[in-house]
Amino acid sequence: MRVMALTLLLLIPLLVQARVEIHQFDDAAQEARYKQLIEELRCLVCQNQNLADSNAELAQDMRRITYEMVRRGETNEQIIDYMVSRYGDFVLYRPPLQRSTLMLWVGPFLILGTAVLVLVLFIRRRSTEQSQPLAAEDQKRARQLLDD
Amino acid sequence: MKARFLIPLVLFLALAALLGVGLRLDPRDVPSVLIDKQASEFSLPDLFDPEKRVESAAMKGRVWMVNVWGTWCPECWREHDFLLYLARVEKFPIIGIDWRDDRDEALKFLNDKGNPFLAVGMDPESDAIMDLGVYGAPETFLIDKQGVIRKKHKGAMTLPVWRDEFKPLIEQLEKS
Repeated sequence: MRVMALTLLLLIPLLVQARVEIHQFDDAAQEARYKQLIEELRCLVCQNQNLADSNAELAQDMRRITYEMVRRGETNEQIIDYMVSRYGDFVLYRPPLQRSTLMLWVGPFLILGTAVLVLVLFIRRRSTEQSQPLAAEDQKRARQLLDD
Repeated sequence: MKARFLIPLVLFLALAALLGVGLRLDPRDVPSVLIDKQASEFSLPDLFDPEKRVESAAMKGRVWMVNVWGTWCPECWREHDFLLYLARVEKFPIIGIDWRDDRDEALKFLNDKGNPFLAVGMDPESDAIMDLGVYGAPETFLIDKQGVIRKKHKGAMTLPVWRDEFKPLIEQLEKS
C-alpha cells in the first residue's frame, strides 16, 4: 500500500510540463536579431520587463509577431516601427533622443556637472580661508587644557 | 546671507513638490499614439458563429465604439451593465473584441448577463488588438464616420466617463 502511494506520488512531477517556445530560424543571424529585438522591446503588461523576460500573454503574442517578422526578412527598423506605431516610444527599452526625453538623457550629466562645480567651489573656498593665529589668551587656555 | 538657513527648507519643499507630482502620475498609463489616426481594419471570426466574420469595414459611415474585453478580466464584468445601458437605452453601436478568451465562457457570459454588442469578434492571438495598441482590458475606442480613432478609454466604461468625455464628442461627430 505504502509502496503504491509512494509510486503514485513520484509520478506527480510527470504531470508538470514546462512550456518552452521553440523557434526555427533560417540562420544564426536571424536568431541573433530576434533575441536582440525581444531584449529591447518592452512588455506593456509588466512594464519593467522586456519581451524576452515576460511571461504575459500579450508578450507571448508580441514575441510571436516579432518572430514572424524576422522570419519574413523584415529589417530591425521595420519591426521596431511596427511596434512603435502601435504602442508608442514606450515600447522601446532604450528611449530615442528627442525633446520629450532630453532630460532623461542629459539629466544625469547635468546633475554630475553641478555636483562637481559645487565641490570645486567648496574646496577652493576652504583653502583660501586662512586660519587665524590664536590670541595669546586663547593659547594659554589651550595649553592649560592640554596639560591637564 | 541672512536667509541662508532657509536653503534646506526650500530644497525640501521643491523635492516634496516634485515627488508629489510624481505620485499623482500613473506610470502604467501609456498615452496612445493612435488618437486621430485611421483605425486599422480588422476581420475576426464571429463569436456566435465562427464561420462568419466580424469586420470593421461594415461600420463605415457610422460613429461607433470598439470594446476590447474578455471573461478573464474583472473590470469587464464591472462595466458590463453600463455597456448594456449604452446599447439598450442610448442605442449606441458597440462592436466587441473578445480577446484571448475561452469561447464557451464568453458565450455563457453574454447569455447570462445580456449582450450589449452588435457583433463580437474573437481575437485569440492578439492580432486585432495589437493593431489598436491595446495592452489591457477593457479598452474602449470611439471611431468616427471616416474610421478615425477619436478617443480611447482604458478601464471600465462608467457613466461619468461617458457623460463627460464620450457623449459630447459623439454628438459633435454625428453632426459632421
